[in-house]
Amino acid sequence: MSIRERLSGNEAAATAMKQINPDVVAAFPITPSTEIPQYFSNFVANGTVDTEFVAVESEHSAMSACIGAEAAGARAMTATSANGLSLMWEMIYIASSLRLPIVLSLVNRAVSGPLNIHCDHSDAMGVRDAGWIMLFSENNQEAYDNTLMAHRIAEHENVRLPLMICQDGFITSHSIENIELVEDDKVKEFVGQYHPEHYLLNEKEPIAVGPLDVQSYLFEHKAQQAEAMKNAKEVILEVAKDFEKMTGRSYGFFEAYQLDDAEVAVVCMNSTAGTTKFVVDELRKQGIKAGLLKLRVFRPFPVEEIANALSHLKAIAIFDKADSLNAAGGALFEDVTSSLYVCNKQVPAVNYVYGIGGRDTKADDIKKVYEELFQIAKSGKIENPFRYFGLRKEAQE
Amino acid sequence: MDNMIEIRWHGRGGQGAKTASLLLADAAFNTGKYIQGFPEYGPERMGAPLTAYNRISSSPISIHSNIYEPDYVVVVDDTLLESVAVTDGLKETGAIVINTTKSADYLKNVLKGYQGGIYTIDARKISMETLGKYFPNTPMLAAIVKVSKIMSEEALLEDMKSSFKHKFAKKPEVIEGNMKALEMALKEVKKI
Repeated sequence: MSIRERLSGNEAAATAMKQINPDVVAAFPITPSTEIPQYFSNFVANGTVDTEFVAVESEHSAMSACIGAEAAGARAMTATSANGLSLMWEMIYIASSLRLPIVLSLVNRAVSGPLNIHCDHSDAMGVRDAGWIMLFSENNQEAYDNTLMAHRIAEHENVRLPLMICQDGFITSHSIENIELVEDDKVKEFVGQYHPEHYLLNEKEPIAVGPLDVQSYLFEHKAQQAEAMKNAKEVILEVAKDFEKMTGRSYGFFEAYQLDDAEVAVVCMNSTAGTTKFVVDELRKQGIKAGLLKLRVFRPFPVEEIANALSHLKAIAIFDKADSLNAAGGALFEDVTSSLYVCNKQVPAVNYVYGIGGRDTKADDIKKVYEELFQIAKSGKIENPFRYFGLRKEAQE
Repeated sequence: MDNMIEIRWHGRGGQGAKTASLLLADAAFNTGKYIQGFPEYGPERMGAPLTAYNRISSSPISIHSNIYEPDYVVVVDDTLLESVAVTDGLKETGAIVINTTKSADYLKNVLKGYQGGIYTIDARKISMETLGKYFPNTPMLAAIVKVSKIMSEEALLEDMKSSFKHKFAKKPEVIEGNMKALEMALKEVKKI
């Protein structure tokens, strides 16, 4: 029997970390971090976990300490947010190129400036090409579940890549909601022990980690990273299958919500998917065939699966909670439309940048998007594919 | 989600409106409901206007926006009545609960003809009498439970007793005062 609880998203992530009981957690536990290291350091102080907690002096050092720990053969985790992740940036690439399966809990918040600590996805989008597996979570439950699945995916011999679990800052990280927890012993069995193949503290196999890699081999190593990212797809689904056996909760690359018979659909990630479900339910009551594709696995990007899931639609709107400021649309929009193109599927698609810097995402705004999608479906015309919702009118004039 | 109740709290930083919304979420959770409790984070500082929210439902809650058409509004500090549009979007079928000693005429006037139920409670008096200090959140919690009927009075008292025991494990002397504050508030909240 699962445990009925109510936790904030931060508490949910910290609880998962407690049950995983990693060897090392290195974090910088103040703004721009999250409450997660704070909660976790309580577990350490109370002896609930036997993790070595390294209170570092910056986020750059937090990621560096995780890299050192993983390279030594330990299981390491950390948590951060917004500018904290920016400060890790250099080491984020080192972690993935050294094929160290570090797990990071990322509470999505705006990268300043001007100074803003509220939710958007600009932090995550800044590292989308860094070679990390990236899972997004609609609510506290999914942030928890994704964390429990993280190590099995990241540490798999065909993968060996770091992984970050994203959830929306404040909207889910600081909201208390119902959650079903898995018992400690079941988590322990599910996550399992970490058995690295090559590691620094193995006295029988002296190795160097991360030495100079110049023209002769860096290209090949990058190709191997890319291959590992492709391999992750199968592993993510395998782990999800086992997780469903344990909990009854099913996960894939994405959730298709009222999508099969939909005429138009929204594609989005994290908490906005919940609000979109609310809108879809209302529209469906009126007989309007609206659907939703909620993306869970953003890296690796499920190209064929997404193209197939969207190919029957008359119009789609892709929501980006980070503006790429490139005159060409947000990151999710580019990935979805590129997937459709390479799979030879033609679906009219528009991009909406929204929710920047914590701007609230209202059900009414999403309802309006569906109305606009039906107009596109009817006319077959898109006058401006790059749109906003929730932006004050005066800024557009 | 026709059975969902939405509540908006207005208070000032440091008065415990956020804590009260979390306590309400807790109490409703303990009666088997699905809940959300979340503050709207702004530039937080003592005394600044603050908003917090609750959703309570018998089925899972997917929506994650702020609340724009609440069933109930709780005003923890009546000095907000003239500066914050507390009845914005408030359903006429619902009610507003205000911590105040101001006259019915003043309140009707400042609420701009709000047609739903208007309830008042003197949380300052209750808090001073039972706790000797001004903590309005406990009486306001009881008042909104009584007005919204989210749960029975008995269920609230029973749940809060165990919650206080846990929360105040290191200072058990305040448990009795807090329980008294709840009981008094349940009796003293009045419709005008």
